[in-house]
Amino acid sequence: MIQFTDVYKRYTNRHEALSGLSFELQQGEMAFLTGHSGAGKSTLLKLIALIERSTHGQVFVNGQNLSRLKKGKIPFYRRQIGLVFQDHNLLHDRTVFDNVALPLVIAGESHREIGRRVRASLDKVGLLSKERQLPIALSGGEQQRVGIARAVVSRPPILLADEPTGNLDPDLSRDIMQLFEQFNQVGVTVFIATHDLELVIAMPHRQIVLEAGRLAPEYAVL
Amino acid sequence: MKKWFSFSLKSYLLRHLQVMLFSLGRLWRQPFSSFMTMAVIGIALALPAGLFVLLQNVTHVSSNWDDASQISLFLKQDVSEKEAKQLKTKIRDWPTVKEVHYQNADQSLIEFRELSGLGSLLDSLPDNPLPAVMTLVPTESTTSDEDIQFLLRDLSALPEVEQAQLDMAWLKRLRSINQLLERGIGLLGILLSLSVLLVIGNTIRLAIINRQSEIKVMKLVGATNRFIRRPFLYTGFWYGILGGFFAWSTLLVVLSMLSEPVYHLASLYGSEFHLQWFTGLLLLYLPLTGIFLGILGAWLAVGRHLRAIEPDSIKPCP
Ligand SMILES: Nc1ncnc2c1ncn2[C@@H]1O[C@H](COP(=O)(O)OP(=O)(O)O)[C@@H](O)[C@H]1O
Ligand SMILES: [Mg+2]
Repeated sequence: MIQFTDVYKRYTNRHEALSGLSFELQQGEMAFLTGHSGAGKSTLLKLIALIERSTHGQVFVNGQNLSRLKKGKIPFYRRQIGLVFQDHNLLHDRTVFDNVALPLVIAGESHREIGRRVRASLDKVGLLSKERQLPIALSGGEQQRVGIARAVVSRPPILLADEPTGNLDPDLSRDIMQLFEQFNQVGVTVFIATHDLELVIAMPHRQIVLEAGRLAPEYAVL
Repeated sequence: MKKWFSFSLKSYLLRHLQVMLFSLGRLWRQPFSSFMTMAVIGIALALPAGLFVLLQNVTHVSSNWDDASQISLFLKQDVSEKEAKQLKTKIRDWPTVKEVHYQNADQSLIEFRELSGLGSLLDSLPDNPLPAVMTLVPTESTTSDEDIQFLLRDLSALPEVEQAQLDMAWLKRLRSINQLLERGIGLLGILLSLSVLLVIGNTIRLAIINRQSEIKVMKLVGATNRFIRRPFLYTGFWYGILGGFFAWSTLLVVLSMLSEPVYHLASLYGSEFHLQWFTGLLLLYLPLTGIFLGILGAWLAVGRHLRAIEPDSIKPCP
């Protein structure tokens, strides 16, 4: 589903954030991306979401060669990927419902379909009763759930999360991770960057560990 | 591809309507700054339009005068009153002449005395230096330059006539002044249209900057540039159309304030002149101009600023 082949990423300041990275994630797999701060986790996810492009090497996602993808096609490519961020990235002047509906509105879904899917998605994250509220009125954990509901509402085959539990206490973090597991159980490929090792170890999923932009030796095997 | 064919026009229009109302709602939520922008646009549109209306009125009036272009016949001093009366009846029967008015030398003197205020000067003269004057109006069909010239020649050839003169010079002058004004107003209109473009462009630019993080989020969940552009274009549309209506109502107020004194002034000159407002025409053109400028201004601003905003929302760890 996601395949990196000898990928390098150098930012304009000549700092090499990723070097010689190769790995593969199978369809329907759930994996964690770990490593110390500055190891290149966010950069790696950005390459998958085409927020950044690799300087060298090839990234294949869902059968598409990302270095060949034209700029005009990026929006349509991104619709196959659900993104969850540490700081939620919600629109604060719109209700929970409208936030979650955004990807569907963008994709031009019909009004009825939007209502149906948004409610199903909010129901899944346990926030159906809050659909009329503004994000400000919610707790941090709830805001993160709204972010997750938005990421999955258009049923993308891939779900990426960058430090989704970064601001949450351990109990809430576990809840969130369980939520991701549920999506994985229905076939979504899930890839989560986190530095919360305790949480990762408690869960039976593969780990990809980065060290200064390279795969840590013991995980370098595919 | 199949999806595009089954694409329903109705839902497409519905979506546009939603975005349109959504943009209006945003303006509504900032009533003060929206009103200011709208008023600036409105005034910039109203100014050339108002001058245009006034100019049209002047042109209209002078074209009325054109129909009534007069010829003055100055009679020779030795023509008697009786001969003059006979001449008058004779000329009146010409097919090119509509009406003739006769004023003898004494009446000319009285009129001159009244208009000039030089009574004492005239009193010191031994006899009346002024000629008898016959004023005649050509028929409606005698309007071309050529016809008028023929008529003038015939009139000059009459033995009783000293000089035949067409009272047109001042009208021509008025015409060329009008043309000059028209061109000036056109230029002013272009300049002010440019300023409307700049105002709208700048307003949209600020709106884009304010919504930068929102635009990034939208791009992250797969929004195309076209989708992001749409509400801003509608914002330009609303500013334009509202500015147009504002200009229209401003003009109505200003013109109604002018119409009373204009009517009064005209009645002093014995004219029944009323200011023409072109209300319906302006109601059509002002908002249309506004919409055009609004969308164009927004388009230019969006084109420049939207592309530059790319998501970088997965922030690097500090
Ligand atoms: N936009 C950027 N411009 C320049 N350098 C960057 C940028 N983003 C990240 N980096 C650098 O790349 C390295 C990897 O960063 P990042 O991918 O955010 O790591 P992580 O998410 O694992 O903490 C860091 O040294 C960081 O300073
Ligand atoms: Mg990071």
